[in-house]
Amino acid sequence: MGVKRLFQNLSYDFRRNRALLLMILPVVIYLLVFSYVPMAGAVIAFKSYNFNDGIFGSPWCGLNNFRFFFMSGKAWQVTKNTVLYNAAFIVTQNVLEITAAIFLSEIAKPRFKKITQGAMFLPNFISWVVVGAIAYNLLSYDFGFINNVLTSMGMEKWDVYTDASDWPGIFVFLSAWKHIGYGSIVYLAAIMGISSEIYESASLDGANEWQKIRYITLPGIKPTFVVLLILAIGNIFRGNFDMFYQLVGTNGLLYNATDVIDTYVFRSLLTTYEFGMSSAIGLYQSVLCCITLVVTNLIIRRINPENALY
Amino acid sequence: MKRNRNGVAISRDRKAFNAIAYAFIIFVTVLCLLPFWLVVIGSFTAESEIFSRGYSLWPHEFSMEAYELAFRYPDRVFRAYGITVSTTVLGTFLSLLMTSLCGYALQRDDFKSRGFFTMFVFFTMLFSGGLVPWYLLITNYLHLKDTYWVMILTQLCNVYFIILMKNFMKTVPKALIEAAKIDGAGEFYTFFRIVLPLVKPALASIGMFVALNYWNEWRTGMLFLQDDTLFPLQYYLYRLLNSVEFLKNATTAMSSNISSMDFPSESLKLAMTVIATGPIVCLYPFLQKYFVKGITIGAVKG
Repeated sequence: MGVKRLFQNLSYDFRRNRALLLMILPVVIYLLVFSYVPMAGAVIAFKSYNFNDGIFGSPWCGLNNFRFFFMSGKAWQVTKNTVLYNAAFIVTQNVLEITAAIFLSEIAKPRFKKITQGAMFLPNFISWVVVGAIAYNLLSYDFGFINNVLTSMGMEKWDVYTDASDWPGIFVFLSAWKHIGYGSIVYLAAIMGISSEIYESASLDGANEWQKIRYITLPGIKPTFVVLLILAIGNIFRGNFDMFYQLVGTNGLLYNATDVIDTYVFRSLLTTYEFGMSSAIGLYQSVLCCITLVVTNLIIRRINPENALY
Repeated sequence: MKRNRNGVAISRDRKAFNAIAYAFIIFVTVLCLLPFWLVVIGSFTAESEIFSRGYSLWPHEFSMEAYELAFRYPDRVFRAYGITVSTTVLGTFLSLLMTSLCGYALQRDDFKSRGFFTMFVFFTMLFSGGLVPWYLLITNYLHLKDTYWVMILTQLCNVYFIILMKNFMKTVPKALIEAAKIDGAGEFYTFFRIVLPLVKPALASIGMFVALNYWNEWRTGMLFLQDDTLFPLQYYLYRLLNSVEFLKNATTAMSSNISSMDFPSESLKLAMTVIATGPIVCLYPFLQKYFVKGITIGAVKG
């Protein structure tokens, strides 16, 4: 397109479509200030930041911030945690959401459907702060409901706040719990979009329920699945900060198993004030996210252009 | 004969399938509701019972002790409510205004630089400068720390919603906009009087999600607020849950000295959770359809 063409377009719109330019002005200003300025500010990752000189006045320090992060051994650990957790979430959430959507679509009673769907969406409605309270209510060593049930059955207590080994399972469960309502509505909408004639003619041909799911429903929701998958893979290096922070918080005993990039950056920023290193990690994460999103979209466009995000 | 047997086989298959479907859905529903039940019941359980028997499905004795304490000095939790309600209303209004104006302009065919501006908006989804430069910008350069406006500004613009709104605006018939133009209506008049009424469903659904984001926001409070009179509800709750000191200060007069033994911190935490969440959960059944619609709009267009 070129800069010249862009300039021509802008000057045309400035003469003829001043009102439209005015309409996008608030968003453009907002994004310039809150998104593009911080992008420029990401140079702080290559500086040794001090408060008095500010972002642009502080002296350069080359790749020291990155070196410090990678040498600490933390880089590999938090990256690995982030990716593995997200991969587990993608698999379990999609399986459960698709299952729930297929079953919901088969349920004929509208009231039952509405109430159950509403109940499933309720966890999505509350903040992770409240989920943190709920988790404590369930898991607390002294008073937790689950430990109560375990002791009443004569079994040993489940000590999750000092022993990190079971947290992956807890996170997978809670993320599925919080997301199942939302995801099943998305997939249900996709199933509703499949023509009922296809199902009817399959029934006439003697197909049973499982065959219909296998050969009609699953292929029918594939485009939706692919779009959600690209979005999820594009964010695979981005940890769900709210969840990890609210459930683990500042419990150092659990860091090794539960620290993701986002919580690590947050802590380095707010508790140790390591501006240089935490911005280096943030930049490292942004670059990884950007690359994965572009690459996955490229692959999808190769396979089936209609499913591509852009 | 064969046909008959075939028919029976199908119906049996169908029955088994239905049984599994209902069982699965009921199981998931119970799993989704049970934690809420436990929190409510826990908040009505006497502190001494929690210590002796732990949380249970049904208390031996109902106790209002935690709520009495929680409402002894209600002004603090009400203030947090006030902050959250006002930031939610104001923020959602401003956000919807910006989102719909931008979404409308970006889909207009005669807007020549729309390609450039769409890229400008979309790129912020692909790449970000990260938390630290954003944090430094807001604290050191815009000086928004400990201000009311920081809660509104940080959530104001969601690029995903702009793209959604832009797609939805495409459904408004172009002829209507042309006709208004021929009648001499200005762009803003056309937008507010003709286009906006037609996209009301999208406004309602996207508005719900924006409002929910505002309502549930706590990270902004944690990053930028030290002044506890500005705390929004969720961050206020977070502090109550995570600091017994904060919990005591919030529920007792500064001078009084309740000993740790008498202080019902466990049931009080749950009572505070109920107070902070209850009203919005009660509103939920009335809002459900907008959320479902909003998710569906998003799903259709990706």
